[in-house]
Amino acid sequence: MAQRRAVLATVLALAATIGLSGCGGGTGAGAGGPVTSLRVLDYYNNEPDTTIYAQTLDACGKQNGVTIDREVVPGAALIAKVLQQASSRTLPDVLMLDNPDLQQIAATGALAPISDFGLSSAGYADAVTAASTYQGAVYGLQPVANTIALFYNKDVLAKAGVAPPTTWDELKAAASRLTAGGRYGVAFSAAATYEGTWQFLPFMWSNGGDEKNITTPEVAQALQLWVDLVSSGSASRSVVTWDQADVREQFVAGNAAMMVNGPWQLPVLKQNPNLHYGVVPIPVPRAGEAPVAPLGGETWTIPRTGDTARQAKAAKIVECLNSDANQQSLATQRDTVPTRTSLDAAFAAQDPEMATFVSAVQGSRARTGELGPDWPKTATKIYTAIQTALTGSAPPPAALRQAQDG
Amino acid sequence: MAEAARLAMARTESVPVPASVPESASGSAPGVAGRWWSARRRERLTQVGFLLPAVLYLGAFFGYPVVKNVVMGFQHYTTATFYTGAAPWVGFANYLAVTGSAVFGRAVLNTVLFTVGSIAGQFTIGLAIAVFFHRRFPLGGMLRSLLLLPWLIPLIVSSAVWRWILDEDNGVLNRSLGGAHLPWLTSTSLALLAVVLVNIWIGIPFNTTILYGGLQDIPQELYEAAAMDGATGLRAFRYVTWPLLRPVVTVVLVLGVVYTLKVLDIILGLTNAGPANATQTLATQSYQLSFQRFDFGQGAALGNILIVVSLLFAVGYLRASRRAVQS
Repeated sequence: MAQRRAVLATVLALAATIGLSGCGGGTGAGAGGPVTSLRVLDYYNNEPDTTIYAQTLDACGKQNGVTIDREVVPGAALIAKVLQQASSRTLPDVLMLDNPDLQQIAATGALAPISDFGLSSAGYADAVTAASTYQGAVYGLQPVANTIALFYNKDVLAKAGVAPPTTWDELKAAASRLTAGGRYGVAFSAAATYEGTWQFLPFMWSNGGDEKNITTPEVAQALQLWVDLVSSGSASRSVVTWDQADVREQFVAGNAAMMVNGPWQLPVLKQNPNLHYGVVPIPVPRAGEAPVAPLGGETWTIPRTGDTARQAKAAKIVECLNSDANQQSLATQRDTVPTRTSLDAAFAAQDPEMATFVSAVQGSRARTGELGPDWPKTATKIYTAIQTALTGSAPPPAALRQAQDG
Repeated sequence: MAEAARLAMARTESVPVPASVPESASGSAPGVAGRWWSARRRERLTQVGFLLPAVLYLGAFFGYPVVKNVVMGFQHYTTATFYTGAAPWVGFANYLAVTGSAVFGRAVLNTVLFTVGSIAGQFTIGLAIAVFFHRRFPLGGMLRSLLLLPWLIPLIVSSAVWRWILDEDNGVLNRSLGGAHLPWLTSTSLALLAVVLVNIWIGIPFNTTILYGGLQDIPQELYEAAAMDGATGLRAFRYVTWPLLRPVVTVVLVLGVVYTLKVLDIILGLTNAGPANATQTLATQSYQLSFQRFDFGQGAALGNILIVVSLLFAVGYLRASRRAVQS
């Protein structure tokens, strides 16, 4: 008996040693010595974004005398990767984050405030600064931004004699008139994911709804608009399963005369020369009001790697990515909007198609602006309520209350 | 069996050692007893040496994650924990939160319906196909290997294809039903059925393959003897095939349940657990809590509940397979 216990103890001790040695390695390159290369992590794994960022990052590296050792992971895998690197202390020198994730990661303490390196977000659009701020400190700089607007098929609208809608009533009327045969008037994404929430936000916010309390009449009215569009047959019931790429496919295929979508769809739309489309702001509840759209895009951060020389170099790369010239070139190449407001006027003039998005980003709001790291919880409640209402399980006010309590 | 016998022998062998002499003293003392001890010890060491790799492997890749998950279920484990390592102990708060949420009852019911529906469909169709292919006919082997296709396609691809097939407006299924507008994935009443049907399609190859193997093991003479006694067709199935296939059937069913309980990618690919939680199961809910809401403690708590349910079936599997070996 005693022997068996001794054997067990040896086995456990061995296992523990192996376990420990497995976790010990890779605590960074250590302080001191010249910095010759920097590790960068981002999720731009599709063309043309991969190449555009590779070129921009390499140019910035060259300018600062370092080579860029870049790792690209798929969007859905980024946070898991970052958390794993945070626990093994192997975070990269420069880290890209989707802007609503920044506060979540900043809350862990893994990121350094950019003011440590003499950087600031002065002159950036308000929503951009808000998204990259956690508890009063700015943790990232976002060179370009996007948001959503209403795309419409020019030919279909002209044929039906319908003008692009600007208010909710016009939207309902236009969608109804444009619905014919196998074609729906409008398409949007009401998926059971954060994409559904993201597409609903402009309607909710423009009507004065707020994520701090989703059981208000303002939020319910916005949800009623979506319910009306679906129950009247102006939008497909399938919106509850469509993501934004599905919505684009419906629009390109001619199954929808209008769609809610973002500028990242422009490259695909341009591949269809027979498709003539226009872009207008998301319709607002009452004429003359300004739409409030959610801010999209990625922010660049400097993780605390424990090596001051490397962190200083990393800050130089982030600064370079955000230079006026790079904001402009990234915006032009990627159909996005520069975040430094002084660049907006020139950019909108140069590309009229993007003008709608430029003003939308200026008036946009950060998803995490009010709730910070608690945003995912409320975002889940919002898409659950949307789905409950659109499937007819409960009317909007009850659906929102159920989601709030659940 | 052999292990128990050896242990029993070891116990009787140790009887000659006088009770008053301490073990260490008897070990160092020269003479017959000393040599006998060292030989025994060497044999023991060899045994441990053979056991060690398996124990290490199980400990590192099964023991550690399970223990970690159990502990995590009692902690407030968030994104910050990964960096700071701080995970405050919260007792049963996570379990209370997940079982008290409005979605929990729905998720449990959906998990049961999904599992029972999938297993019933997969097994019945799988068995029918296995029995059919048990007879020899031209191209039988090729057709049987084609049946494996659903198993070979990545789940994320098959769920994307099924989403197109089941699309309400332009899907192949509704078109071939004469332009019907059945809301397969968009209504709260049909979505679970649609997901179950797709999962049945995916599970048929597994059931067919294992059951076909079981059928091959049944000696042909038994059928010949049964035919002499007048048992053919259905009667032969009832009195020859079924009793002899029973052990394999149990194994297939129990493994099927464990595999089905944890299904995640098909549901996420088809409906994202929607619409309005209509296809939310314990597995999808656990995934969403951990990896979308970053509440790893609650996600782990729900995961542990799922592990306990799977464990009950795994124990059933072990007992069933032991019975299969004995018979």
